[in-house]
Amino acid sequence: MNNINNNTIAAISTPIGVGGISVIRISGGGAVRTADSVFRSASGKQLSELKGYTALFGKIYDNETPLDEAVVTVFKAPHSYTGEDVVEISCHGGMYITNQVLRAVLKNGAKLAQPGEFTQRAFLNGKIDLTEAEAVMDIISAKGKAAARSALNIKEGRLRQEIDEIKDLLVNEAAHLSAWADYPEEDIPEVSNDVLLENISSAHKRILALINSYNSGRAVKQGIDTLIIGKPNVGKSTLMNFLTGVQKSIVTDIPGTTRDIIEETVVIGNAVLILSDTAGLRDTDNPVEKIGVELVKKRINSCGLALVVFDASRPLDEDDFSMLELIKDTPSIAVINKTDLECVIDTDMIRSKTDACVFISASNGDGIDELTSAVENITGAAGFDENSAVISNERQYQCVLNAEKPLEQAAADISAGITLDAVTVLIEEAIQNLLELTGERAGDTIVHSVFSKFCVGK
Amino acid sequence: MSYFAGKYDIAVIGAGHAGIEAALAGARLGCKTVVFTINMDAVGNCPCNPSIGGTAKGHLVREIDALGGEMGKTADECMLQSRMLNRGKGPAVHSLRAQIDRRKYSEVMKHKLETQENLELHQAEIVSVKECDGVWKLETRMGAEYEFKAVIVATGTYLGGRIFVGEVSYESGPDGIFPATFLGQSLKDLGISLRRFKTGTPARVLRSSIDFTDLEVQAGDEPAVPFSYDTQEKLENKVVCHVSWTNEKTKQIILDNIHRSPLYSGMIHGVGPRYCPSIEDKIVRFADKERHQLFIEPCGENTEEMYLQGMSSSLPEEVQLQFYHSIKGLENVVMMRCAYAIEYDCADPLQMDNTLEFPEHPGLYGAGQFNGSSGYEEAAAQGLVAGVNAALKIKGEEPMILDRASSYIGTLVDDLVTKGANDPYRMMTSRSEYRLILRQDNADERLTPIGRRIGLITDERFERFTKKQELKSQELKRIRSTVIAPSEKVNEILVSRETSPINTGVKLVDLIKRPQLSYDALKDIDTTRPELDANIFEQIEVEVKYEGYIKKQLAQVEQMRRMETKRLPSDLDYKTIQGLRLEAQEKLNKVHPTNLGQASRISGVSPADIGVLVIWLSK
Repeated sequence: MNNINNNTIAAISTPIGVGGISVIRISGGGAVRTADSVFRSASGKQLSELKGYTALFGKIYDNETPLDEAVVTVFKAPHSYTGEDVVEISCHGGMYITNQVLRAVLKNGAKLAQPGEFTQRAFLNGKIDLTEAEAVMDIISAKGKAAARSALNIKEGRLRQEIDEIKDLLVNEAAHLSAWADYPEEDIPEVSNDVLLENISSAHKRILALINSYNSGRAVKQGIDTLIIGKPNVGKSTLMNFLTGVQKSIVTDIPGTTRDIIEETVVIGNAVLILSDTAGLRDTDNPVEKIGVELVKKRINSCGLALVVFDASRPLDEDDFSMLELIKDTPSIAVINKTDLECVIDTDMIRSKTDACVFISASNGDGIDELTSAVENITGAAGFDENSAVISNERQYQCVLNAEKPLEQAAADISAGITLDAVTVLIEEAIQNLLELTGERAGDTIVHSVFSKFCVGK
Repeated sequence: MSYFAGKYDIAVIGAGHAGIEAALAGARLGCKTVVFTINMDAVGNCPCNPSIGGTAKGHLVREIDALGGEMGKTADECMLQSRMLNRGKGPAVHSLRAQIDRRKYSEVMKHKLETQENLELHQAEIVSVKECDGVWKLETRMGAEYEFKAVIVATGTYLGGRIFVGEVSYESGPDGIFPATFLGQSLKDLGISLRRFKTGTPARVLRSSIDFTDLEVQAGDEPAVPFSYDTQEKLENKVVCHVSWTNEKTKQIILDNIHRSPLYSGMIHGVGPRYCPSIEDKIVRFADKERHQLFIEPCGENTEEMYLQGMSSSLPEEVQLQFYHSIKGLENVVMMRCAYAIEYDCADPLQMDNTLEFPEHPGLYGAGQFNGSSGYEEAAAQGLVAGVNAALKIKGEEPMILDRASSYIGTLVDDLVTKGANDPYRMMTSRSEYRLILRQDNADERLTPIGRRIGLITDERFERFTKKQELKSQELKRIRSTVIAPSEKVNEILVSRETSPINTGVKLVDLIKRPQLSYDALKDIDTTRPELDANIFEQIEVEVKYEGYIKKQLAQVEQMRRMETKRLPSDLDYKTIQGLRLEAQEKLNKVHPTNLGQASRISGVSPADIGVLVIWLSK
């Protein structure tokens, strides 16, 4: 049963150094044999004599050296997480001992599992479907709290359930259309354009909601490419430090490839921002600085959010105006840096060109709440409901997008009076893309549905 | 005991709709061909409905004709009534259906076989098929031994046929003709896996015993459209059909006797067709339906036998009489032949490739019900594919593989050999993902060049086709360049059709494009219109109106064809490919797809598995 891949893999499957117990998981055709060669049970029983879902107590050995006491649980294929034979060694935590145990296992026929490899096997063995597998991968790499919750939500199939419901709605319509076209002389209920249009529109709306969920989902999970821009010396670096100071623990430094672009990832409320500090924007003759400025201009067009920094004590000038012009098509938040000097800046002008405007005081942390809520609102993270179905990666997003377009056209064409044979093709195209999302295949879904729902035939 | 009867190129076992097309194609491509039929009077028999075509089946007939097959021409010659189904539902699902004279059909087809050069027609039961050093040896019940280069099995419901009527059951082919009793074992000995399928047919009743007074009449369409691009003469509707309904009483009689149906008592083991359930099946499965429709169709011009479409049954004869008598118009009906179910042996088509050859048994082909399909048209289509490919192989030429985007024939064959058939397979328009391209109006455009290349299209016919294509492209050019100026007359027509009037000159093509308008609607304002064949106008109108859709489907075809170019080795053991799910390994090893596109259509092979194969191929 478990011969999908005879390689046996092993890894520590609990966080290192956390909790009193560590678990080393071994999966594959040789899992039991490998475990038997490092484990001696107190009762003298071999693991290979065990049925699935049973455990033995004993000691783990590296050759003749005892390493730790352990409880070893055996799961037999296909009734395990991966669908293969799985052995889990629970030992006494601690980084050193756990690593010693893992090393002993690796010496005895297992190889170190790649990140996500257990899940991949579970998927390949048909234990979980594609959306569930992707959710597990997302948990492994989830960055924020809300992201971890929503990843769990997908794992439990919320996305799958929503897709299934939309798909069923469409399959019903397609089957009716098909029976109506293929059995013209049977007693099939007439297809009503109004009902058809209503159902197509309803499916279309739900698909659109999923598409929107991707945008907010991205803010919550993968991070939004965010640029900090502004004239030189208005406090860009101060803002950067201010933000990274909020969440030091997850900052990662990636040196910029070109002058003055530095990336850091920060969590602001529910949103994850990948911050880039940039060269100061101003009209300049210095050739080196000019290159930096051009680079920033290019990045503005592709980024997901611009934090535009102003110094409250300096009035707006030509450079500010051209900067505000540059960001007019980019989601943006004006961040006005308060200093001890008098506030002279024209905030009405700024508000008219940006999506939000907040004051911060880097020195004492004032304004962080306002900035957080502005970020959440503009990235969509605020409206992110971790309990609803969420599209969480590019593949799923493309599938849903590909299902949306034909439905939009189908609704328009029904209204325009296009014959229903053509409309049917569009509905089927949408179904095909939804089935692709869940990893199923259309096959004869519609044909089967015709025969089960309609009384047709000679 | 036995004697040597001769050496030929192709043997066709069975002279039904599959066997006929296979044999004619083989002989016309220059191969010496023999057709064996168990009964000389059953050549081209229509043991079920007296009609040819219907939804998607009409497409198949048009395509067979466009490739140079015979079914369409003969159906036209024997036509009693013609209808274009689904008018108003869109061009993709327009389907032609003709009521035909079944005896005449059989006679005409038999005569065509008899007069075909390179072809011999023999009455004989084949009892043994053996392969020996690349030569196929066939033996008849009488002991005649033949040698062939290729064999096409087209045994229909004759192979191991068994008839069921209530508690009565006996070995038989259709219409009381004896079955093929020994061939099944011989095929099994070759290693071919066979299974049991089941089908059924309703009763034939005496016309003069029907009271037509209150029955709805169903007349043919005028003008009657022919199937064949060769048919020049005007066809005439000669008969009408009638419609009646079952009622509460019919239902009660059937339910009271359901235990006597061999389907429900467990006597029948064969898998029946879902699309063609018996009346008892319909009543049990759709219990909330109050009534079921039936059609009363004449079987021919020189017979009083009437076919009761929709009323097939395997209940005992006396129960049949009771429930037929419960139906309006049939109160005193005289039953001439009772309804029956028939069970037969057929092959699992997953054993075949896209030429309908068994790759494990080079030179052996299957077609028709033997391949798990159902229907005269599906059978004829496969017969043509098998016959052409057997001949091409003998001649050392490239095979004819019709892909899904080329035709319903290609779709049918691909479905059978890729997805298999768990119950008798019927063609439906919904089985084609490219149905806006695969229309019945453009079958010639899609397939006649292929038929010509193979050698089944005569010079005269091809010249006519080329001429038509020329006229069509001229007409397309004309409507694209003709500008209709706004005028009172023009706008009156537009407004009367509920579409917006024009205030500047508009290209004729853009008016035809409007859903509310048609070629016909514009005839009075299109003063430079030439006299052309109706089919040309039809094709152009569809192409213009559905241009966006057609472009989209063509792009999908491109994509599919790219997948089809990624070939998979025929001897690949999928168990050795890491990462494929177990189910996918098993299915792939069973089907042995020739390319990635085909692999992706196998049920049980997921997109992730295709991903694994793509990676494997790129290694």
